[in-house]
Amino acid sequence: MRLPKPRGGLSEWLVARLAEPELSGSAPGADSWDDESISLWTLHELSFRGFEDADDRAEWDPDLLGVRRDLETALEDRLRARWAEAGVDATPALADVPTALEDLVATDDGPSLADFVRRRADRDQVLELLRQRSVYHLKESDPSAFVVPRLPVRAKAALVALQFDEYGDGDPNRLHSHLFARGLEAVGLRAEYGAYVDDAVPENLEMNNAGSLFGLHRRLRGAAMGHLAAFEMTSSLPSRKMVQGLDRLGLEGPMSDYYDEHVEADAIHEHLAARDICGTLADDEPDQAAEILFGAFTCLDVEARFATAMLGAWEDQR
Amino acid sequence: MSGRDFDHPDVVLVPHGPMLLRGAESVQDLEGTVHAVDRPVVALCRCEKSSRLPWCDGTHKVIPRS
Repeated sequence: MRLPKPRGGLSEWLVARLAEPELSGSAPGADSWDDESISLWTLHELSFRGFEDADDRAEWDPDLLGVRRDLETALEDRLRARWAEAGVDATPALADVPTALEDLVATDDGPSLADFVRRRADRDQVLELLRQRSVYHLKESDPSAFVVPRLPVRAKAALVALQFDEYGDGDPNRLHSHLFARGLEAVGLRAEYGAYVDDAVPENLEMNNAGSLFGLHRRLRGAAMGHLAAFEMTSSLPSRKMVQGLDRLGLEGPMSDYYDEHVEADAIHEHLAARDICGTLADDEPDQAAEILFGAFTCLDVEARFATAMLGAWEDQR
Repeated sequence: MSGRDFDHPDVVLVPHGPMLLRGAESVQDLEGTVHAVDRPVVALCRCEKSSRLPWCDGTHKVIPRS
């Protein structure tokens, strides 16, 4: 993947600095949320697959880590302010963490993109959604993989069991991100990693940045696992709706198969995540219980904001 | 030391949810058809409303609890 297009002064500075590590001078402030979001996304990406036109040593460059820390602090403050504003009881009895997760998911009233795809979306809208989704689905599960060494015994075993399934149970053909890439090709879209980052709306970048932030910081391991649980718990039924919508539009085949795989897989994963990962983590590390719920709330909240943005843009086009 | 410090049952019944089954190689459904299992854990439908019987597809969540 090549470096993304700048969206303002900070990302312009960052992209230049990544391509040319000898450049001196300090980072300017971000011009906009868009500028801030693409900058943090780019800095995080250095810890995933990186960029062919960036210096690999930039991942641990102290100046860039300083920029990344400022952007992450701003993002985390914003996410925590939304969580506080939501006013959910964040002190579940420890044995009840899986139930508290279920309650949180059950009361989520964000708009459903899958519903829209099932019933009303046209082909162009679905293709646009798939381009947006590709930013995450082509690195599906990768943020959670960073959490493995940071967990106690039971949660670690359960997370690896879940990840093993996400990564194809040892068969590269069944790796979920690979299934999505095959799906993209089949519907005539580009399948290479990071192909549509330049098209990503800031709500989508924020959603990805939140997941990477949680995955990359040991301190945020509880939030990362809560985020994973909420993601899995809101996947099975919407995936089925995606299959119905794709089939309605004549897009059956590998893309539909990708979502079809998630109907069954995530009906299993949601229980592994809520009970065996989050439940045991809260039991072993009680201070993580509230963090698990914060992460779960954030997963639902950023998805709702993304869905609202997409549906709003489509409404305006009518 | 037994080497078994943690409960790790092969079958787990999820309250108001499916039956989780670990380490199975095949499952026979209500019609007698045998399905191969290619995952370490599977979720078997208990509400009988799944569109993917014998597997759970999450449909139980939209059925009112009696």
